[in-house]
Amino acid sequence: MIKIQKKQGLKSWQEGLLRVGSIIAALVASGIIIALLGYNPFEVYGAMIKGSLGKPYNIEATIEKCIPLLIMSLGLSIAFKMKFWNIGAEGQFYMGAFGATIVWWYFPTLPSYVLIPLMMLAAIVCGGIVALIPALLKLKLGTNETLVTLMLNYIAIGFITYLANYSPLHEPRTVSQIYRFTDNAMLPEIGVFSSQVKVHIGWIIALVLVVLVFVMMRYSKFGFEISVLGENPDTARYAGMNVAKTLILAVVISGGICGLAGMLQATGPEGRLTYTLSAGLGFTAVITAWLAKLSAPVILVASFLFSVLLQGGSSIGTLTGIPSAVAETIQGIILFFVLAGDFFANYKFVYKRKEKK
Amino acid sequence: MNDICVKLEGICKAFGSVKANNNINFDVRHGEIHALLGENGSGKSTLMNILSGIYTPDSGSVELYGKPVTFSSPQDSIDAGIGMVHQHFKLVDVLTAKENIIGGNKSASFFTGGKAMSAKIRQIEERYGLKLDPDKKVYNMSVSEKQTCEILKVLYRGAKILILDEPTAVLTPQEITVLFDILRKMKAEGCSVVIITHKLGEVLEISDRVTILRKGESITTVNTAETDAKELTELMVGHPISLDIERTHPDESLRHPILEINELTVLNSDHRPALDKVSFTLSSGEILGVAGIAGSGQKELCETIAGLDRVAGGSIIFKDSSIVGLTPRDIIKRGITMSFIPEDRLGMGLVGSMSIIDNVLLKSYQNMPGAFMNRKEGRRIADGIIERFDISTPSANHTVKKLSGGNIQKVLLGREINLNPELLITAYPVRGLDIGASYNIYDVLNEQKMKGVGILFIGEDLDVLLGISDRIMVLHEGKVMGILDAKKTDKQQLGMLMLGHSLDERTDSE
Repeated sequence: MIKIQKKQGLKSWQEGLLRVGSIIAALVASGIIIALLGYNPFEVYGAMIKGSLGKPYNIEATIEKCIPLLIMSLGLSIAFKMKFWNIGAEGQFYMGAFGATIVWWYFPTLPSYVLIPLMMLAAIVCGGIVALIPALLKLKLGTNETLVTLMLNYIAIGFITYLANYSPLHEPRTVSQIYRFTDNAMLPEIGVFSSQVKVHIGWIIALVLVVLVFVMMRYSKFGFEISVLGENPDTARYAGMNVAKTLILAVVISGGICGLAGMLQATGPEGRLTYTLSAGLGFTAVITAWLAKLSAPVILVASFLFSVLLQGGSSIGTLTGIPSAVAETIQGIILFFVLAGDFFANYKFVYKRKEKK
Repeated sequence: MNDICVKLEGICKAFGSVKANNNINFDVRHGEIHALLGENGSGKSTLMNILSGIYTPDSGSVELYGKPVTFSSPQDSIDAGIGMVHQHFKLVDVLTAKENIIGGNKSASFFTGGKAMSAKIRQIEERYGLKLDPDKKVYNMSVSEKQTCEILKVLYRGAKILILDEPTAVLTPQEITVLFDILRKMKAEGCSVVIITHKLGEVLEISDRVTILRKGESITTVNTAETDAKELTELMVGHPISLDIERTHPDESLRHPILEINELTVLNSDHRPALDKVSFTLSSGEILGVAGIAGSGQKELCETIAGLDRVAGGSIIFKDSSIVGLTPRDIIKRGITMSFIPEDRLGMGLVGSMSIIDNVLLKSYQNMPGAFMNRKEGRRIADGIIERFDISTPSANHTVKKLSGGNIQKVLLGREINLNPELLITAYPVRGLDIGASYNIYDVLNEQKMKGVGILFIGEDLDVLLGISDRIMVLHEGKVMGILDAKKTDKQQLGMLMLGHSLDERTDSE
């Protein structure tokens, strides 16, 4: 008989050990699979590291993946802390990018220093509005926000697909593409702690957001209200908090941050609004936010490691000729082990002896 | 002796650096009712959890009928004939009594509807004098029926040794009498019963022997017939203590009405009146007790005054101005505080996963300047409350839910009092507390009263209500049955009103 039992809290060093252990175990396990497929696991891992961190342009690609992932994880962490299950980062991301694109469409000749902040603002507002819908529905009608946010994703993606095909934004003589941004709407690039690695300024915004979200959640009254509301809505009401106001504001901020990520991705590496802009990172962000226990600094680390994994995985195909499906398998195995490590941080198996006297 | 069925010797169990059980010796004889008496945190529950296989002791031995045993899971303990009835019932609401009873029982057949099963349950019921319809759904049961269901469950599994954790905490006086009859019948049938409690009256009434625990150690075991309440208290607390509840008499000049409630009507979620034209007046420097069977409108009364429930009719006048329609926050600002201790203690008023500091700040942070939490000030307030109310905690940063029940309640009440309210509403402030802690809280309330605070005290224990209140208001199905002078009434009168019978002579003072 094997039973699952809740564990007493681990010490932080034990938990750290467990996490490192689970990653090592994942590498060993996927190494075995790689070997069974007839490749050298060390070579493959080497290629993954090289592909994500080897040359400056590899690092650039990794950081470019990390920026939207990090920002969306931060946005989601705010809603999650309130136990508002916002699975709609994707939709908020796309509508944020859409809002930014519309600003550029109507004011294409504004100078960068006016246009870009305006686009950011529009992205935050649009992302916030998308998030506002499930919040209002939950407050007024008691709907389940998980479902509403999830389904809004598909509406948003469908909407962008429509724009790319049938709207004035569609660039003629292309296959479902929207016009490319003019240079004044594109984010400038700036070196990341060195002149060799140049990434669009989104990385600075992301780091600033890490600090802002951390300070807000940890030290501000608003962050305190979010935590209390997440833990115990009755107590929040009893303590005189305005539950509806806190909920709506926090969800709108959450969606707004995700929307900003969309704008940065569109005007940074992508150069235009596309319906594959997010590459599914809005869902990955749910995992990173959760694995990081909703703590902003840990989200930074988790998002970066995940980006290394994603970028390394996508590059081994070109570097070693291993099919990309193998890379995805490795990603899956690593994710599986990390989640299992999380499980073992809280639970343990108890083996029961059957003995009767 | 041969009639000893359970023997625990030298039991030690530590959680981190806390020794919950330290060298405890405890034995139960065949066919006796053995009370385990001790203050909160004295190790009663830990000891019984060891006996029921939930914890394994760090050292010490457990013997059953003279043979050493080790339990590695609750199932082992159940197999050995030990059954535990927990304080918080572990029943599935949507299932019937029968389904709950056979659930988790490996010998049960695949189908659950068998008449044979019902017959067997009825047979057990008859044997021990239990009354419960096996086909009744749990959500339709009263608290005492749920308890009966739990007892049936362990008896059905063939338990010969029953452990009851605080069984009377949730029962009315009448229900307690019934429970005790059942326990006596079990004893007559040869079962052994261990009853965990801190109510002395019950110990003296029901038990044959008492083992007293204090701070994780077993102090002594005495025969109930040879002891009295005074001696037991001293053994339990470790020093002599007075058992009388003091009724203080503040200066008459402090007395003026601060809360006037007229024909207050509040509807519940089914749009039926939860409070039906309730009228009363509360003066400063007065404790108005509220008695009533659970669910007679006490919760709604508290929540309505605190601004959490919507008023359907009537008025609430606090210091000459109406507070109907104000937000909870405005009401807090005017000097009304409400502390409601729900059955799980944490439900409303505290956030279990947060520190004492954050919980203390919960009601005052909005009045502090700036957009950020002032945790420095919070720590100062929290340290003050910890010292003033003698809360035992490693630090003010400690998570509230890791404190013992009594300390959790002190944090809650301490915070409310620290706001210097003019009107203090407190519901079940001593719920589940032991004697020492309860008397602490009575002292705190009396001290507030002497300062001129008006106190609405919603209580369970009629003795306490009679002792501490100036007047007692009795609620029945949301209606005020009467407001009596606490000095001129007694339990019988209150009991009648609680059940909805009116008294011929009402003594409305004021």
